[in-house]
Amino acid sequence: MIDKTFESLERAVADIHDGATVMIGGFGNAGMPSALIDALIAQGAKELTIVNNNAGNGETGLAALLKAKRVRKIICSFPRQTDSHHFDALYRAGEIELELTPQGNLAERIRAAGAGIGGFFTPTGYGTLLAEGKETRLINGRQYVLESPIHADFALIKALKGDRWGNLVYRKTARNFGPIMAMAAKVTIAQVQDVVALGELDPEVIVTPGIFVQRVVKESA
Amino acid sequence: MSTHRYTRDQMAARVAQDIQEGAYVNLGIGLPTKVANYLPTDREVFLHSENGLLGMGPAPAEGEEDEDLINAGKQPVTLLTGGAFFHHADSFAMMRGGHLDVCVLGAFQVSAKGDLANWHTGAPDAIPAVGGAMDLALGAKQVFVMMEHQTKTGESKIVAECSYPLTGVACVNRIYTDMAVLDVTKDGLRVLEMAPGLTFEELQAATGAPLLKG
Repeated sequence: MIDKTFESLERAVADIHDGATVMIGGFGNAGMPSALIDALIAQGAKELTIVNNNAGNGETGLAALLKAKRVRKIICSFPRQTDSHHFDALYRAGEIELELTPQGNLAERIRAAGAGIGGFFTPTGYGTLLAEGKETRLINGRQYVLESPIHADFALIKALKGDRWGNLVYRKTARNFGPIMAMAAKVTIAQVQDVVALGELDPEVIVTPGIFVQRVVKESA
Repeated sequence: MSTHRYTRDQMAARVAQDIQEGAYVNLGIGLPTKVANYLPTDREVFLHSENGLLGMGPAPAEGEEDEDLINAGKQPVTLLTGGAFFHHADSFAMMRGGHLDVCVLGAFQVSAKGDLANWHTGAPDAIPAVGGAMDLALGAKQVFVMMEHQTKTGESKIVAECSYPLTGVACVNRIYTDMAVLDVTKDGLRVLEMAPGLTFEELQAATGAPLLKG
């Protein structure tokens, strides 16, 4: 019997290694898998490359991981916010590398990795600082920039419900990067509010099919 | 110089006039969010938010906020009946794929060719953050900019060439300021409307690029 559920957050993140690339879902705090991040902080992995839309808000979740100095590099679209003080301090001290990417390119680079695409031409960013040094191409009269996929060793995401096969449904705008990060990582770990019995999720409304999910753990586990 | 200016609410109401029934619209963070307050209630318009919703409604009543239902500015919002949620790659496909009809953005500068600068001042000590700005700049059939005509120190935000780092090249279609409404055309900036009492000469004197009379 296939059972992807883990009984503890601690066990679910136990093999995340130093230097791993870890995608973390969420847009601000909506969809941020804070229980998994807390478990990762306790686990101790360091020198991580993190992929997230932001660079942490306030004191919890990704901000706490940054504060604990476990992150070597962050790939994101919008690091600077009124409450991103932990990132700001590390950046100004030269203690973290930033790869800034337009938000739609970030999403498509993640999706491309999950879909087996080796690179893609996008109009976004053409003629700007963020496309400097990148290959461009004129296609049907429009200028495009070559962007590369972003792969990850692990993805930590938050969903509303999951079953033992890894099927997931999300809640409102907390869905955001979850479904595409699940596709792009070798190991996707989903923190869910509830683990439900197989068959309880309507197959017509499953957002992430279990093939993209390796571990499911209850957020209160 | 004349002091005749549109208020920010008048600017928002003016932009709202140009948004048609059935339009799919993204309102950028800041001043553009005001446009939502002036969309006629008898007109169905679909508001898109980059973080994965269509059919965005107004802010919830106090105590009704839901941390999983937010807008691009991470403020709590509501969902209208018939609204939908989707993931980030789909949300940006809606922009990049040309499915949105209108986006309304704020700006630091717009050039006479419609180049947009709105993400980074280029200051050496600034921490850069782009978010969805570059995607939105290209991501709608019509890109409207809504901004004050001049900076607080009186410099024109409409310029021959942007001095701030670009967000997008030749992407702006129309500019709404506190002094005028301007169309970006292949011949240059054409004046559609001016704030009451303002003369063309006064407007031209306040603008850093040549203007064409409507």
